[in-house]
Amino acid sequence: MIISMSFYSKDDVLAYYEQCQRDESKAVAVTAIETLIHFMENSKAETLQGLIAEMNQVINILKHTEGNVTSIASGCELFIRFITLESVVLESSPFNKVISILVEEGSKFIKKISKARAKIAQLAQQFIENGAVILTHSISKCVMDVLVEAKRMGKRFLVYVTQSGPDNSGKGMYDKLIESGISATLILDSATGYIMESVDMVIVGAEGVVENGGILNKIGTYGIAICAQYSNKPVYVAAESFKFVRLYPLNQRDIPNSLKYNSSVLEATRGDTRYQHPKIDYTPPNLITLLFTNLGVLTPSAVSDELIKQYL
Amino acid sequence: VHPGDCTVQVHSGRGTVHPEVLRLGLRYASATILGSNSRCVALLGALTHLVRDYTTPADKELPRDLEDNLNANVAYLERCRPLAVSMRNAVKHIKRYINATPEKTPDHKAKSDILKCIEDYLKERVVLAGQAISLFAANKIGKDDVILVYGFSSIVFKILIDSFKQTRFSVVIIDGRPRLEGRTMLTRLTQHGVPCTYALLNALPYVLERGCVRKVLLGAHALLANGRVMGRVGTALVAMVAHARGVPVLVCCETHKFCERVQTDSIVVNELGDPLELVVTGHGDPTGGRLATTLNEGKNLTLLNLSYDITPPEFVTMVITELGMLPCTSVPVVLRVKSIEGT
Repeated sequence: MIISMSFYSKDDVLAYYEQCQRDESKAVAVTAIETLIHFMENSKAETLQGLIAEMNQVINILKHTEGNVTSIASGCELFIRFITLESVVLESSPFNKVISILVEEGSKFIKKISKARAKIAQLAQQFIENGAVILTHSISKCVMDVLVEAKRMGKRFLVYVTQSGPDNSGKGMYDKLIESGISATLILDSATGYIMESVDMVIVGAEGVVENGGILNKIGTYGIAICAQYSNKPVYVAAESFKFVRLYPLNQRDIPNSLKYNSSVLEATRGDTRYQHPKIDYTPPNLITLLFTNLGVLTPSAVSDELIKQYL
Repeated sequence: VHPGDCTVQVHSGRGTVHPEVLRLGLRYASATILGSNSRCVALLGALTHLVRDYTTPADKELPRDLEDNLNANVAYLERCRPLAVSMRNAVKHIKRYINATPEKTPDHKAKSDILKCIEDYLKERVVLAGQAISLFAANKIGKDDVILVYGFSSIVFKILIDSFKQTRFSVVIIDGRPRLEGRTMLTRLTQHGVPCTYALLNALPYVLERGCVRKVLLGAHALLANGRVMGRVGTALVAMVAHARGVPVLVCCETHKFCERVQTDSIVVNELGDPLELVVTGHGDPTGGRLATTLNEGKNLTLLNLSYDITPPEFVTMVITELGMLPCTSVPVVLRVKSIEGT
């Protein structure tokens, strides 16, 4: 079988991805998978290997976007695994029929994982009581859903949101909270130590959940977690199961550069990252109290259990 | 049993001890074979001879009788030196297989099946597992890393040698008395051209900081069901100091060393070595011997030579097994998955 050099143009892939992104409430991983399904529909591949090669090409293009690469990577890996497993079952059918079945199953898969956030919001409610003071970091759709649901259930609570440099993404979270009628205060990143004694809990999202139950999230999360541990405040993480990624960093340095820095930055500096500011940091599992996922409320060690069950 | 004091009963109860097993027992007792993997591999070799030379007596059936014979041989080995966890697991695996031999299987087929079982165990759980671990560990070794190791571990040695072919790094070997197994590691690593530094345990905190150690690679004798690591005495200290300094600790352990035992401290189950080893400084110093006798007569002095210690899971950053890189807390999950698979 002849493997073409390039199946899809970079612009086509990115254009479709941007289009899917327009619905801002969708998770980044979900839009990545939607993009993959779209290109799978039009694929001319005749074998599973061919299809996966094409998909990997699309994935490589998506990984070079400036946004949330960790989520894209984990979502896509999950989807490839999904295709592989489904194809084994459909082995006897002719391949073009296999593709159409995969597209259909893929859409069902997307519908299922799109319900993840609602489930997480439900599970998290038992941890938020009336009068709670919550600290969150940067912007997270998962955490947003949790807080909106709490508001909907009539609870009184107060939210502190960190500004989250360098891109001030926390301001976006703050605006949305105010819009939803939730009492919120925007604070400087440097003020988290100051505010920690006044909060009851920390709830953050995650861009990726690593194999030992630790998380990769917007830079600053690690510092907040250390502060919370010192002050004996629980740290909760709200993350969908498709964010579980097959990485096991030993420390901050061990996080792959492709996740820490934008690909444009890596290209420009040719891999010399000494003077670049990383986008994400790694929070080890001993600093995390519980994770709220669509698989249930898990302790960090249970994350590894889930992964072993899935992959072994 | 201590070297120089090898009187062990050979005929005991049912069945006699096979000559290969006899030889093996003596090698264990005299500490000629050291290390969990080596002892397991040697055991599997001896058991291969045992099964090959076995003939079922006229009035007996193979599964039952072979198991009795096996038990007698294992009991002898236990008296020479307490069985390692890896050895216990291997014996359990083989016995389970023998018990599952279908009725009416002709002897020669049953034996060849059992021999294949032993061969597969060795190949999959020891050899291939070692290669898989080496591949996983190679991802965590970077250019110009300084890696700290303790004593001698066959799997850590393999990882270092394999990775050194792709990446340049240097190694700091920490050693502990009385065995001083680190010298073996030092000799073998330098033979392969790996730049090494050698220090004793008392220099550990200094070397860890000044040597800019990036990570610590440790071997293990066994991994217990509550996530604790059983290793050569001194391992827990190395892990603790590394943890205190924020240096990641990677424990490398094949799954055949996973044990369902639960232990919270190092005293409850351990192996005592020769107490005189603590006194003699290892060069056959004759005056040391006299000193030992004098000390031993002191009724207020007990010489305690522990062989193993337990490292708690909070000091271990990751465990590298052939199934992948896992946190220490995932050992019971692996045990559960493996027992479901029936391996």
